[in-house]
Amino acid sequence: MRELDVKLITENVAEMCKEAAYYLPDDVYRALKRGRETEKSPVGQIVLDQIIKNAEIARAEDRPYCQDTGMTIVFLEVGQDLHIVGGDLEEAVNAGIAKGYTEGYLRKSVVGEPLFNRVNTTNNTPGVIYTRIVPGDKLDITIAPKGFGSENKSGIAMLVPADGVKGVKRAVMEIILHASMNPCPPMVVGVGIGGTMDRAALLSKKALTRSIDERNPMPEYAKLEQELLEMINSTGIGPQLGGTTSALAVNIEWAPTHIAGLPVAVTICCHAMRHAHRVL
Amino acid sequence: MAESIRITTPFTEEMSRKLKAGDSVLITGTIISARDAAHKVMTEALARGEKLPVDWTNQIVYYLGPTPAKPGDPIGSCGPTTSGRMDAYTPTMLDQGIKGMVGKGSREPAVIESMKKNGATYFAAVGGAAALIAKSVKSYTVLAYPELGPEAVAALEVVDFPAIVVIDCEGNNFYEIGQQPYRHFDINQI
Repeated sequence: MRELDVKLITENVAEMCKEAAYYLPDDVYRALKRGRETEKSPVGQIVLDQIIKNAEIARAEDRPYCQDTGMTIVFLEVGQDLHIVGGDLEEAVNAGIAKGYTEGYLRKSVVGEPLFNRVNTTNNTPGVIYTRIVPGDKLDITIAPKGFGSENKSGIAMLVPADGVKGVKRAVMEIILHASMNPCPPMVVGVGIGGTMDRAALLSKKALTRSIDERNPMPEYAKLEQELLEMINSTGIGPQLGGTTSALAVNIEWAPTHIAGLPVAVTICCHAMRHAHRVL
Repeated sequence: MAESIRITTPFTEEMSRKLKAGDSVLITGTIISARDAAHKVMTEALARGEKLPVDWTNQIVYYLGPTPAKPGDPIGSCGPTTSGRMDAYTPTMLDQGIKGMVGKGSREPAVIESMKKNGATYFAAVGGAAALIAKSVKSYTVLAYPELGPEAVAALEVVDFPAIVVIDCEGNNFYEIGQQPYRHFDINQI
């Protein structure tokens, strides 16, 4: 059985936290450039120029793209034939987050308890860790830091089957219109359809780890992604101060659901669509 | 778009009242950062009848929690945070003499009413342009509440800090004005 020392996990997670905070993925950068070419609002063009310049500075100088370096979401896929040795997996991941956020001069934005005693944990831990056991002997790690300007505008709708495609479109657009310019558009919209309430929410997060150049493999969902993107770009929200580039992409993921249900979750991400991926 | 208007601090009501929604500005001088926790602490202190550690007369407040500065830099990445979270505290703070606010996102009607009364202007900086904005910040000095970490109240010396007037002293709102020409969507058409 293949062995993997937790020290390696900590080291890699630390580097990935920095990498995600500094380097905007190429697909998002290219989409911003395309948006700048087609943006009709003069103010929107100025905003996009600043956003593109910001991405270039952050990448060239190893600086956080945004000061909200997020709460650290971690997707782990652990091969069932892999033996993790030397310590506890979640502790190792959190140690990596603490190291990455400290060494990388990232902002520590996590409070230990949400309601009565909101004290900063000072190292951005704990991360939000989702672990799946999969075939194989590798550890697949995706780090997706999530800023809360956009997270606060995300939402969920528990539809019924009769609501259908129309209902899904309305539910997504109600969340988008309510969010308006607040989640730092141009946004990237992750949609989870089906499952249970919690599963739909998780799918909407997972959807954001897919390249924005890639459409859902099922043609009906790919079409829905395109239709929703066009609707969002005709709201006028634009890049924060009005215009035609409100969103760069809509990524949908779906899952089987109950005969009585049609959950729809929407995670809105700002233009800082950050993630890092490694396989150990 | 017209040339940017250069403004310097202290930022008086007279200067504020000249600005119109949609104006592009470059701010030079000292602006003061404060966000969620600092607003809570300050308004609680005022409710107890205490004096605030900072004189807010003719100041511009920046809703900000920066990343830590790398060695040799005055500040880390420092874009605006969502202003709406400060809305509950804002009328009280404007009564302290603040004439300008820099943040991002919409404001509540009560804030806009208080802005009209106090002659205050609300500016937006580009959300997420944090590494770029850092280039216009020359120094960062904590003035109060250092225990709040990135949420401390601090003086930022800025040169040509880029912002846009979103809501002016008359309540004109560029978020509305700017979206309107590009809005062709009606949810009832779905």
